[in-house]
Amino acid sequence: MIPISYYLFLSLALFTIGMVGVMTRRNIIIMLMCVELMLNSVNLLLVAFSKMHHAKNLGTEAGIDGQMLVLFIMVVAAAEVAIGLSIMILFYRKVHNVDVQSLNRLKH
Amino acid sequence: MEKYIWLIPLLPLLGFFINGLGRNVLSKNVISLIGSGVVFISFIFSVLVFMNVPSGAGAEPLIIHGFDILNFNSIHIPFSFQIDALTSLFLLIITGIGFLIHVYSAGYMHLDEGFGKFFSYLNLFIFFMLILVMGSNFFMMFIGWEGVGLCSFLLIGFWFKNRDYVGAAKKAFIMNRIGDVGFLLAMFWIYKEFGTLEYTEVFASLTTGQISAFAIGGITLLLFLAATGKSAQIPLFTWLPDAMAGPTPVSALIHAATMVTAGIFLITRCNELFELAPFTKEIIAWIGITTSLVTATIAMRQNDIKKVLAYSTVSQLGLMFASLGMGAYVAAVFHVMTHAFFKALLFLGAGSVIHGMNNEQDMSKMGGLKKFMPTTHTTMLIGCIAIAGIPPLSGFFSKDEMLLSMFLGNKAVYAIGFIVSVLTSFYMFRLYFMTFGGNLRQENAHPHESPKSMTIPLTILAILSIIGGFVGIPELFMQNAHRLNQFLSGVVAPHEAAHTVSHLTEWLLIGALLACVSVAIFIAHKMYNGKVDQEAKGFSKVLENKWYVDEIYQAIIVNPVMGLGNVLKQYVEKSGIVQTVAGVGSFSYYLSKNIKTIQTGNIGMYILLMVIGIITGLGIFFFGMF
Repeated sequence: MIPISYYLFLSLALFTIGMVGVMTRRNIIIMLMCVELMLNSVNLLLVAFSKMHHAKNLGTEAGIDGQMLVLFIMVVAAAEVAIGLSIMILFYRKVHNVDVQSLNRLKH
Repeated sequence: MEKYIWLIPLLPLLGFFINGLGRNVLSKNVISLIGSGVVFISFIFSVLVFMNVPSGAGAEPLIIHGFDILNFNSIHIPFSFQIDALTSLFLLIITGIGFLIHVYSAGYMHLDEGFGKFFSYLNLFIFFMLILVMGSNFFMMFIGWEGVGLCSFLLIGFWFKNRDYVGAAKKAFIMNRIGDVGFLLAMFWIYKEFGTLEYTEVFASLTTGQISAFAIGGITLLLFLAATGKSAQIPLFTWLPDAMAGPTPVSALIHAATMVTAGIFLITRCNELFELAPFTKEIIAWIGITTSLVTATIAMRQNDIKKVLAYSTVSQLGLMFASLGMGAYVAAVFHVMTHAFFKALLFLGAGSVIHGMNNEQDMSKMGGLKKFMPTTHTTMLIGCIAIAGIPPLSGFFSKDEMLLSMFLGNKAVYAIGFIVSVLTSFYMFRLYFMTFGGNLRQENAHPHESPKSMTIPLTILAILSIIGGFVGIPELFMQNAHRLNQFLSGVVAPHEAAHTVSHLTEWLLIGALLACVSVAIFIAHKMYNGKVDQEAKGFSKVLENKWYVDEIYQAIIVNPVMGLGNVLKQYVEKSGIVQTVAGVGSFSYYLSKNIKTIQTGNIGMYILLMVIGIITGLGIFFFGMF
């Protein structure tokens, strides 16, 4: 069985990639993808921990609920992405590019 | 009697609602029929009450309990009526003269567009005045007191499109408020000392002697302050002459016959209280007689026919207060009654003159009306003779009784009262001769006699002015003929001092007064029969300008208050409050101007800051940095 630390490092790497991507990139599509990446890295962590929890208490229902929760999060995330993408399409229709810098109109 | 007493105030209230709600729907005939009819029915019931009321010495008042206005813990204020001789007398005056004036108004106001409104206000006034005199406690009297003040305000400002009239209405209202403060404070004080507001209970607990003289003095002074407001005495008298802005029937009903006598009623009602406050009585006497003298002198130089009558009213009220101050309560009530007859008569006569002259009020433009308006002329002459105090008309008896009480109480007050009586006959006959004597001074006027609905009330009031005095024939002429004294003896202890003076002295006093009055009338005839005043100079200019009282009030009260208001406006409002509020605004604007520079609109920057924030937060959470 793969030790828990492997999952931890993978998840941390994914999360960091996502965070740096959100912070540095200007393309709004890439930023949205990076946000999804961060979310899924956390999901991965959740699955890993609940699996570990279950392995410690075999024969019981411990840790099952965590894995169930991940499925729910994925459904919600899908809905959220649908909304995010439709906002992006509207945004594109308004300003004809996908640069997040053109989202600063409230300042003026 | 208990069965119908509650109808007396209820009917005018009903009339108020019917006329008030139907003022645009009902025809003028119906309105005047309802308006006068309800008062007439009240009058009939008042007569029944008058016949059956317990009167005479030791008579117990009849208390009719309606319901409780306030009833919790220790406070218990019922809505109830107290019917005794004094109340029944005032009921007769209010509903009787009120009815005549309603009939008169039907003729006087027939062209006015606010006809229905006028009648509903008059009915409402009658209702509140009846509550004032019928109530069995100070609270009930206060309800009526405020109500008549409201109606007075509404009726003075009845022609509210004229700004001056509105000003007069406001002046009357504000001046009355000053008096009302006195009434309220007196009520609180009475409640604190006696624990009740019922007249009978308050006066009953006076006999135990547990109330300090200071409290009684304070309460009576505050009650007198209330009376000076309503009854137009110094220092609050200036509203009454201005109140003549209202329609003439209003002047007759409210500002001569009924409402302004509320102060006399109040003091007479509380005579047991005032008897224990000699200092207050002294003040009442002096304020009354000073008011009387000042306003009598002003009346000598006024050319507006209603203004003369208004000042004359204040002057007569002053005489009544002076005799109240002497403890002669019955004399004052007697004069309230006779004064109601002849002053209502004079006002209605003046209204008839004004009506006939097409709304001209300036006497210097009248003259010679004798041949155009015979009925008005005769009745006005009777009114003038009555107020001048010439026997055997009603004014003689009541005024003689008042002057006698002053003579016995305080010779200085009597001397002024004597002068006032002479001045009264002078200015009344000045009015008479300027209006009816000589020839008409205005060419394009077409005076005409007023309609029947106006002359009939005049005639009835003239008859009352002639015979009204016979209810109080002094002992000088006939033994035990003073019916009023006997009638009121259950409410007011008879004035003991009246019997201590010899008949010779009384004859001398009456003779001297009548001689001076005749001379005054003769002088008035010489000076004003067909003539008018010359340009006023010196002292007469002071009189013409009403002793500059309004100007003095303007200078020492109105202007300083306005000045204080301006100072507050300038230095507290503008430089204080406005600066503080605007300062908070501009400070936050200044603060935000600096903070808003980090709002770059760069989303990458925001996320970076957010990440830094999260890391800091987690750091604090895990490592306990602080």
